[in-house]
Amino acid sequence: MIMNYFWCLCVILSVLFAMISGQVGGITTSFMEGATAAVTLAITMAGPLCLWSGLGNLMEKLSITDYPTALLRPVLYKLFPSTRYDPGISRAISANVCANLLGLGNAATPMGIRAVSKLVNPAKPYTATDEMCRLVVMNTASIQLLPTTVAAVRAGAGCRNPLDILPCVWISSLLSVSAGLLAAELLRRIWTDV
Amino acid sequence: MFDAILPLLLAGCALAVLHKRENGYDLLLEGAAEGFEVMKRILPSLIVLLSSISMLRASGFLDAMAALLGPIVKLAGIPPETLLLLLIRPLSGSGALAVGAELIQTHGPDSLVGRTAAVMLGSTETTFYTISVYFGSCGIQKTRYAVPAALTADLVGFLAASWTVRWMMQ
Repeated sequence: MIMNYFWCLCVILSVLFAMISGQVGGITTSFMEGATAAVTLAITMAGPLCLWSGLGNLMEKLSITDYPTALLRPVLYKLFPSTRYDPGISRAISANVCANLLGLGNAATPMGIRAVSKLVNPAKPYTATDEMCRLVVMNTASIQLLPTTVAAVRAGAGCRNPLDILPCVWISSLLSVSAGLLAAELLRRIWTDV
Repeated sequence: MFDAILPLLLAGCALAVLHKRENGYDLLLEGAAEGFEVMKRILPSLIVLLSSISMLRASGFLDAMAALLGPIVKLAGIPPETLLLLLIRPLSGSGALAVGAELIQTHGPDSLVGRTAAVMLGSTETTFYTISVYFGSCGIQKTRYAVPAALTADLVGFLAASWTVRWMMQ
């Protein structure tokens, strides 16, 4: 629904601005050019994207990601106390974090949903628990070791070293996750269970 | 140093495949097919969105917006060209990809704007979509502080992306 309004707004603003600046003709060419650019982008990034998700799948199935997840285990225990009593929750959250680290968004979502459904408080089934909020914040803040899609876009744009942004991505991800969890910790006291 | 990451990762994977006696080739194909499905799924929205963003740029709207609101984000150290990306990132994944890709292509993948856009895309997520999927699938209606906390994370991610690229890469 949001994208519906976004598209309408884009068109109206473009035509309006083009009329003011007297470049209505440019709209016609750019409308079509954008579509061509999208297909070119898709073709140039399809190769790297497929290779990356192949590699991600390989690492996941060979459980290579168990090592980074094991390093994170103490942190996960602290953030999600339920994992101590329920190995099912622990597995779901670990798998979710692990898929996120590899940049496999599609694999992360089902695991995250499974974890959230196991965290539901039977006494208040419609209210989010603190652990749920923390899990959702961790997922919205994106904790990626390998930003595969972006690397594919950059490779498609002719970048010779698409992974040179890795340190920046890691630092930014770490700061944003920490800020999100810190905000959650502060807000938790205000938004007590209703 | 970062040209060595992929080769080392590949070699590690090949050794692990041999060590665990798995069929690594099939696993690669399986994942690649999945990646192709993703590509197929986002292509229609990429076409429509890049077309509208291309119009916005041609009409001069994007430049006008950057000139008008740019000084505000510039105070925080964020490149004004990335303004549209900031606005659309929490709302739509394919929208953000389209805007980010357009920035990367227009300004070049190794420019300040191109790199900042890439780091922003890599270190944030489609916040509202994620929240609605995670909570919606389990019937949670009272999301309490999840939205403000997640948006705080996004804001810090955008700031950190701008600062790290400016200080470490350019």
